[in-house]
Amino acid sequence: MSLRKLALVIAGTMVLAACTPTTEPEAPGEEREAVGGRDDGLVTQPLPDDGSFVDGQPVGGGVGAGEADAALVGHTIIYFDFDSAAIRPEYSESIAAHAANLVEDPGLMIRLEGHTDERGSREYNIGLGERRAQAVRQALMLQGVSASQVSTVSYGEERPAVTGSDEEAWAMNRRVEIIYLR
Amino acid sequence: MTTRITALFALALLLLAPAARAELRIEITQGVSEAVPIAVVPFGYGGDGRPPLDIAAVVDSDLASSGRFAPMDRRDMVTRPTRPDEVRLEDWRLLKTDIVVIGEVRPADDGRYDIEFHVFDVFRGEPLMGFSLRAAAGNLRGAGHRIADMIFERLTGVPGVFSTRIAYVTVDQVDGRNRYRLWLADADGARQTAIAESPEPIMSPAWAPDGKRIAYVSFESGVSRVFVQEVATGRREVVSGRPGINSAPAWSPDGRRLALVLGGVDGNLDIHVVELGSGQVRRLTRHPAIDTEPAWAPDGRSLYFTSDRAGGPQVYRVGLDGDAPRRVTFEGSYNARPRVSPDGEQLAVVHNDRGNFRIAVFDLRRGGVRVLSDGRQDESPSFAPNGSMIIYATREGARGVLAATSTDGRVRQRIATTEGDVREPVWSPYPQ
Repeated sequence: MSLRKLALVIAGTMVLAACTPTTEPEAPGEEREAVGGRDDGLVTQPLPDDGSFVDGQPVGGGVGAGEADAALVGHTIIYFDFDSAAIRPEYSESIAAHAANLVEDPGLMIRLEGHTDERGSREYNIGLGERRAQAVRQALMLQGVSASQVSTVSYGEERPAVTGSDEEAWAMNRRVEIIYLR
Repeated sequence: MTTRITALFALALLLLAPAARAELRIEITQGVSEAVPIAVVPFGYGGDGRPPLDIAAVVDSDLASSGRFAPMDRRDMVTRPTRPDEVRLEDWRLLKTDIVVIGEVRPADDGRYDIEFHVFDVFRGEPLMGFSLRAAAGNLRGAGHRIADMIFERLTGVPGVFSTRIAYVTVDQVDGRNRYRLWLADADGARQTAIAESPEPIMSPAWAPDGKRIAYVSFESGVSRVFVQEVATGRREVVSGRPGINSAPAWSPDGRRLALVLGGVDGNLDIHVVELGSGQVRRLTRHPAIDTEPAWAPDGRSLYFTSDRAGGPQVYRVGLDGDAPRRVTFEGSYNARPRVSPDGEQLAVVHNDRGNFRIAVFDLRRGGVRVLSDGRQDESPSFAPNGSMIIYATREGARGVLAATSTDGRVRQRIATTEGDVREPVWSPYPQ
């Protein structure tokens, strides 16, 4: 395990320890619902090489360092504010975990899919979705990830995670999905 | 032999496809109060049996859909003349109609049909126009639209657009998968046909100025690429499949160039122009902001586009000579997806109107902006080629539907469809 990853793991464990066991920053219940509700055949996957988790449930080992790390990497959706591509502070740890993963295994490739809510014009939303995907790409590259490991695509408002025309649905649709290709 | 049978079988399947019966239905939700009363008398038929199509009904429904005419119910017609010498204007004067249209359909020697029609001004007591045209049995509907176009132009001074078509995109779910389809239909919603289908998004259809080709964006390979498809043959080619975003195609008025948006690997969207003959690409804007949604001015010398270089999205204009872009819209926090009227004097946009996304028109000559729609999420405005109407997408509950409004805001139409969630309507140019 690299020093960087070890540091992350320790940080992650501290964060977990600070939380009550059932509370997580990104409301994972909702998140899973969004992923499961997708009907385009694309499914976000846990990493094949850290297989200690399936659907966020531990299968082996007790409470330990690897668990916290995998939990962070398990967060594959980053949500955004309206008309914004700024990454909210609550995602910095999971982005750092993805970065550590990618740095450790330069053969890993990811695809960042940028999405927007349904409001406004469609082509402008393609631009906004791309800006969100690029914001995540830049954050990963700042932490040492090679540009060749990360591709982006923007779907704008064309592939919503959830249907509905209220604040709740819009918040779930303004997102970047991290898809591991290998 | 086997291949021939297979081909025939495939053809039969195509003919049986339920899509062939899909229909759009136009409803006037607001018409002008001074709509002209008009009587379109059922056309006579000079052949045996029944006529292959009720052409007068097509003309009647076209004129009604414009919101500027109030056609008389056939049951109120006391007489049904089919030849000019049978028309007694005093009868129609009593029925308080201003205009009478009569006509006759006769089979011609070559298997086609001759259609003759006459229009009378009841109050002036004089014939306004008479015309004869020949059409194939399969295109009598087209002949009806053509007749409606001529009558509309004679009576309003503006060319009719009943012979034009609209393209639009739908999405629905089949076996748990999305199905995106690009459709064409007559301007009255009839003869709807899907010309492209994919489980991945299809967006931004754009008609070539000759009405024979359509450019659009397809994500079928997992990334966005711009295609140009021939309407008649279905033959298509990729005109832009560079790394990153390829999107928002717009034809130059001469049909030789395509403006589009390229993002590159770093995702910086800028406006580019592709020469369709040589494939040569020229970059028109160079700015870290989102520059997208190009639309050509009718003279082909400049382009309008959306940019958020000043914060929120606003419309800018850039010349092909490479001058710095100049901002065009100032009223409102959000003005995007510009479309220029055929006379170049008006700009239709998606406009944030007190929290609602609506269709607004900027007057480029005198200044000022007018909001024309009243939905919460209206988008994708597209001018009719005569500049009189704008078609756009709106929402009804969770579904996308189409609507149209006259540019002066007096007439409104709602266009219902049986096909899923509808978006991105684009009005064709005049047929050539």
